[in-house]
Amino acid sequence: MGATHLPSTEFDGTELDDLLEAQAEAALGVPSSEMVQLLGPDGTLGTDSVFSEYAARLDAEKLRGFYADMAAIRRFDQEATALQRQGQLALWVPLTGQEAAQIGSGRASQPQDYIFPTYREHGVALTRNVDLAELLKQFRGVSNGGWNPKDTNFHLYTLVLAAQTPHAVGYAMGIQRDQRLAEAQGVESAQGIDGPAGPKAAVMVYFGDGASSEGDVHESMVFASSYNAPVVFFCQNNHWAISVPTAVQTRIPLSNRAKGYGFPGIRVDGNDVVAVHAVTEWALEHARQGNGPVLIEAFTYRVGAHTTADDPTKYRESSEEALWREKDPLDRLEKYLRAEGMADDAFFAQVAADGDELAAYIRKSTYESDAPDIRTAFANTYVEAHPLVAEELAWFEEYSAGFAGGDEGEGASR
Amino acid sequence: MTTMTIAKAINEGLRATLSNNPKSLLMGEDIGPLGGVYRVTDGLIGEFGADRVVDTPLAESGIIGTAIGLALRGYLPVAEIQFDGFVFPGFNQITTQLAKMHSRSNGNLTVPVVIRIPYGGGIGSIEHHSESPEALFAHTPGLRIITPSNPHDAYWMIQQAVNCQDPVIFFEPKRRYWLKGEVDRESAGPAEDPFKAHVVREGTDATVVVYGPLVPVALAAANAAAEDGRSIEVIDLRSISPIDFDAIEASVKKTGRLVVAHEAPTFGGIGGEIAARISERAFHSLEAPVIRVGGFHMPYPVAKVEEDYLPDIDRILEALDRAFAY
Repeated sequence: MGATHLPSTEFDGTELDDLLEAQAEAALGVPSSEMVQLLGPDGTLGTDSVFSEYAARLDAEKLRGFYADMAAIRRFDQEATALQRQGQLALWVPLTGQEAAQIGSGRASQPQDYIFPTYREHGVALTRNVDLAELLKQFRGVSNGGWNPKDTNFHLYTLVLAAQTPHAVGYAMGIQRDQRLAEAQGVESAQGIDGPAGPKAAVMVYFGDGASSEGDVHESMVFASSYNAPVVFFCQNNHWAISVPTAVQTRIPLSNRAKGYGFPGIRVDGNDVVAVHAVTEWALEHARQGNGPVLIEAFTYRVGAHTTADDPTKYRESSEEALWREKDPLDRLEKYLRAEGMADDAFFAQVAADGDELAAYIRKSTYESDAPDIRTAFANTYVEAHPLVAEELAWFEEYSAGFAGGDEGEGASR
Repeated sequence: MTTMTIAKAINEGLRATLSNNPKSLLMGEDIGPLGGVYRVTDGLIGEFGADRVVDTPLAESGIIGTAIGLALRGYLPVAEIQFDGFVFPGFNQITTQLAKMHSRSNGNLTVPVVIRIPYGGGIGSIEHHSESPEALFAHTPGLRIITPSNPHDAYWMIQQAVNCQDPVIFFEPKRRYWLKGEVDRESAGPAEDPFKAHVVREGTDATVVVYGPLVPVALAAANAAAEDGRSIEVIDLRSISPIDFDAIEASVKKTGRLVVAHEAPTFGGIGGEIAARISERAFHSLEAPVIRVGGFHMPYPVAKVEEDYLPDIDRILEALDRAFAY
């Protein structure tokens, strides 16, 4: 909307409005306004004026890798669901249906990028080399985290919806500062003033269509835009926030919201791993090069329940699920790989065997994953010494020592 | 020794922090060219630039949330919340994220964020500008909460808060911003533990524990009591989480009586925690129950009646009378 369209004539033609208009136009170099799709449901590859170039970077080995990743994480999802049903996990958050959105985007990231997930990003975790057995610790109730984010630049899961989005922007603002400090020191780029020189980094933050209603998403996008932070907002629109449909969250495509903040928004077919990878690679490059944030809306579907405590039959039709099963991201890529002669029966058999091996590892690791000593919670509440924690720990030690077995008493080992 | 106000002392402390540590930065709304609504950050943007003194959008959750992200990247953010009553849009980020990040990461991550909050009443302002929400944060494990009552502490404690590896909420007694006092910038400060209480007036008959804005009130009450022949010891708590119970216990074992005063509502407040702990630790030393003085169980009242709400000299003397009546 230009200044002349404002309902009041008071500000018509002001320099301020003209400036804002020019800034907005410069920022909104959105490469595509429609949903980006490269690999159709029939397994044929289409073209896109911007993103085909990115898809062309994918050779047969990478595409087979995408399939193997998606199959592995689906098998992992099945195993975790089974473990929850067996009582080995307190809860599980299935991802089936969202494999392409996660593998495609995660594989587009570089090791120096930092990823902030919500709580369903098991596929992204796989791409960041997080040990999936560690990922289950939170759901087993033996850790509130489970892995060290510094090892993989994959942050801990966040259960408070959208709380991680401002963290991502702040982290991205830190990357900007690191780069400026490094440039001031005469090195081309760096991970930090104290760290080694390295390639430029960006941040990617995941959230769902439900979380898009949270105020933190809005505040994050305002901050990201204000400071031109190198952050990619990756919204997986899986259509259901537990039982509430996307229509209750938004009246426009979520990707369109980016325009209101003054940065590009792209809607991509979230079940098309090739398109998701291409769009995310573009967005991360855009951010790393200092061009500011991007919002990606991956249009996908949560085929199963929100969690294992959920019952989708109460709020949606099975016909809807069936419709989306026809858009299955694995089937689509398999058709393409077979049609192009990039994979044969032996490959798919090997993928299945690898999945069974992964499941066995997950099962065994989960069985062996025991409760920590509560003393670790005492130790980690604060970084520095704290008299109240010390006092309560001393009481606990004395209390525990009163049971048979000394400090291995009931309270300590539970 | 230099004489300055509390506001200036915090300003100088922030200046020293920005000078000494290239990874420290300030962020908050209006803290740049304006220098903060209380001018606590006055002049800093000119000296250190907009990258180090960041004027943020008006969004408390965004301010605190991005500060967490910057800390995760290795920075030392000092976030300003403009007024006590406006911290609540950021309450979620403070209590569910900032306070727990170290614990939930099994000790792998630290988030050394400082949140500066002007707090307390007595300035004749309108609603949400005079609250004392410290107990709400003190109840949250993982946070540290300190509050200076004089310029010397203000200068050093803000720097110590930044250097602390844990998140620190730094409550600034806004009605004392213009209180002047001597600041020793050369020697004394860093040697003092910001989480330890100070005995600011020695006495033998009763102990009054206060912090932040009520320290001068308690000292005045102690002087008034002295005219009646009562020797009152006054403790400036300085740290609300953790609380230096050892200092309070030692004092009570000497005086036998304890009054705790704060501006926040009495019910569920810091005073109740101190009363309970001291009752456990020094029951046999107490000559009287621990008496609490605080705000009433009501939203902070309109400015025209806040004098009836705020603990003053007479309210503390009345509490001492009750303690001495046992």
